[in-house]
Amino acid sequence: MKDVTPSTEAELAQIVADADTPLRVQGGGTRPIGGATNGRVLSTSDLAGVELYEPGALTLVARAGTPVAHIEKVLDAEGQRLAFEPMDHRGLLGTGGEPTIGGVVAANVSGPRRIQVGACRDHLLGVRFVDGQGRIIKNGGRVMKNVTGYDLVKLMAGSYGTLGVLTEVSLKVLPKSHFTGVLLLEGLSDARAIEALSAALGSPFEVTGAAHLQQGLDGAPVTMIRIEGFENSVAYRAKELQKLLAGFGDFTVETDAERTAAGWDYIRNVAPFHDVAGDVWRISVKPSDARDVVAALKGTRALYDWGGGLIWLLVPEDAGVDGAQIRAAFAGKGGHATLIRGASGEATFQPVAPAVAALQAGLRQKFDPRHILNTGLMGQAA
Amino acid sequence: MEMPQPNPRVMTQKAELVSRLQKVLPVDAIITEESETRVYECDALTAYKCPPLLAVLPSSTQEVSDVLKICHDMGVPVVPRGSGTSLAGGALPTADSVILGVARLNDVLETDYDNRFIRVQSGRTNLSVTGAVETDGFFYAPDPSSQLACAIAGNIAMNSGGAHCLKYGVTTNNLMGVTMVLMDGTVTEIGGAYLDAEGYDLLGLICGSEGQLGVVTEATLRILRKPEGARPVLIGFDDIVVAGTCVSDIIKAGVLPVAIEFMDRPCIRATEAFAGAGYPDCEALLIVEVEGSDAEIDEQLETIVKIAKSHDPVELRESKSADESAKIWLGRKSAFGAMGQINDYMCLDGTIPVSQLPYVLKRIGEMSKEYGLDVGNVFHAGDGNMHPLILFDANKPGDLELCEAFGADILRLCVEVGGCLTGEHGVGIEKRDLMNDQYAPDDLDIQMAVKDVFDPKWLLNPAKVFPLDASDARRIAAE
Repeated sequence: MKDVTPSTEAELAQIVADADTPLRVQGGGTRPIGGATNGRVLSTSDLAGVELYEPGALTLVARAGTPVAHIEKVLDAEGQRLAFEPMDHRGLLGTGGEPTIGGVVAANVSGPRRIQVGACRDHLLGVRFVDGQGRIIKNGGRVMKNVTGYDLVKLMAGSYGTLGVLTEVSLKVLPKSHFTGVLLLEGLSDARAIEALSAALGSPFEVTGAAHLQQGLDGAPVTMIRIEGFENSVAYRAKELQKLLAGFGDFTVETDAERTAAGWDYIRNVAPFHDVAGDVWRISVKPSDARDVVAALKGTRALYDWGGGLIWLLVPEDAGVDGAQIRAAFAGKGGHATLIRGASGEATFQPVAPAVAALQAGLRQKFDPRHILNTGLMGQAA
Repeated sequence: MEMPQPNPRVMTQKAELVSRLQKVLPVDAIITEESETRVYECDALTAYKCPPLLAVLPSSTQEVSDVLKICHDMGVPVVPRGSGTSLAGGALPTADSVILGVARLNDVLETDYDNRFIRVQSGRTNLSVTGAVETDGFFYAPDPSSQLACAIAGNIAMNSGGAHCLKYGVTTNNLMGVTMVLMDGTVTEIGGAYLDAEGYDLLGLICGSEGQLGVVTEATLRILRKPEGARPVLIGFDDIVVAGTCVSDIIKAGVLPVAIEFMDRPCIRATEAFAGAGYPDCEALLIVEVEGSDAEIDEQLETIVKIAKSHDPVELRESKSADESAKIWLGRKSAFGAMGQINDYMCLDGTIPVSQLPYVLKRIGEMSKEYGLDVGNVFHAGDGNMHPLILFDANKPGDLELCEAFGADILRLCVEVGGCLTGEHGVGIEKRDLMNDQYAPDDLDIQMAVKDVFDPKWLLNPAKVFPLDASDARRIAAE
């Protein structure tokens, strides 16, 4: 079946209203998380362009199909950025195409700085979308503080196109930092590394990245702590953190702009697992639970971000670890696991408690009563 | 503001309701005497009052569940109440409703510094959440000005903000998980001590839903390490447009202050008369606060002062000590009290794109003349959240109505320039009927459909948020 690529919101709404078979909602198609869904592809890639950008108000409004790269370029010209630094899934998933801002929002994609500035959903100020009946809906707006009615903005973030087709998003943007420093230490065990990251995150020194690699580029484990801001301030905080963390070893400080950026891109895009065979899971837990979760899953490899609260887990086929075991590893402690890469027939999304599942199904029924949007995703049978 | 007529069926069932509640609650948790239910007749929007049918004060999630189940069975509306500090009438009862107060749910359940969260019962006050962790150097960031009294339950219901949200965000950005009881008594757990709850973002949906989707009994909140220090600079301008440009330039420069507060001349004069903070008599005054170590603060203030100087300020006062900081904040913190000394006032809460500040302030000045009511402006300029204070005389017939009409015009203006009706106070009853100015019928219908899912009988705080004529069909069908 031929893809449909409407170029206006009205056209898109008509397509949804007229549809009598399922639609696969797509931005740039770079994040096919959850595997293929049913039906004809409805692409928002022709709904592109920045509609409003006010650097002095820290707000940007763009149509859903706008390439992330374009938005980053526009922001960069004014010394600003998407502070939640969304990951680019192409390397990890082996996909092509152009990541769109609509896709980022639909999957609530956030990077290492999430630990300090919040997730994509925390930077999303407003949305326009077409619901499953073809109605054009707006919610939120383009101001930082807004409690006017229910917050469907947050609901749409991370709903993977199952509640509506995003047509426009409004985002809070932030100034780029003048200077970056990264504290580095080799050789810590997972447990000690997470303790060090917790100590750093519990300090007043505004850590904006806290990650641990079981194998860095030269094979040894590496613990990374990022601080950003004015140069003197970064130097001061780096020194204070070195003192605070002296018990873990002698952290060195890297301040070269290119190298620090490359280091955090490596974490953000989960580069250690590119072109390596095996399923990849994304697990969110309480940081102090992370090590035990990983230790319980023998034969797997982990990359810890968010101070340990985010585990990227590589599960080689011969490890014999399945989704049920992964979810059992943190059962009773709280957390969730999503299968990001792999076709092993696992439940992609974390199952939720029956009462919550009933609420989710109820919402889906209201937003898409004919069950045509991304059927099969987010816990609904295809 | 109109409220729905009490349901006569419910009114005749009071005795049966009380006897069923007595089976699940201790005697002192049920308040039925009119002399005592009057305590719950209004919140901080005192212009509207109505004693509830009765009030209950459960002390556990189980008791909340039992109460809701009984009310659900009997079709009795329930109005959840935190500390009753809502400025929007969010906790205003109807005569046929049960007030469910969370005041007795005030324990700290867990603090965890390694993972940087605190779990509390929802009746705990905002300030006492910080109080529980501050000796260990931590704090809970959202700081609404009612923080001494307001409950976390109400903060979640209204998605409360505060002066420091430019840097730290509002409640929704600091809430990690809740235990919430649905109207039928079902207890749900959403999110927890980890980031980005699974499934749909129900946490985001609940936050700011004004007690219409469920009753939150416990909350997991993000706590942060206190900064090493904070100091403000005070900048006075003789032109509000220039002050607005200065705000914008500071933000663009890459400094992220924790707060940028703005006061206009009427407000400056009122606070000077009241608090004598030594503010200059000028058109606009900014208080910009930054955080960090002493040296870091100096560096940031230097950047801010440089920007301010390029805009020709009439006054520039950089704080060098805690005393000087307190003096700079004194006037701002007493602004509401100062305006209250002059007359009764209504505090609005519209939010606008920062770029529209000069135009909106000019229009408010013009409307003030048209309505013949004075207005002072004091607000969080960094995020465009305005708080115009309209002065009126509650004892003068017609003045309240005139003030409400003026307020509605200001809020319509906020919407017109790309902003919204309310930034942090909520819709409640106060802005309920203005929702049509912000949203098209389909936009409201899908929001009401959300309530249909959580509370199909429309029993939880039913007459709030949505214009009565828009929610009529749903409320009546459910009766």
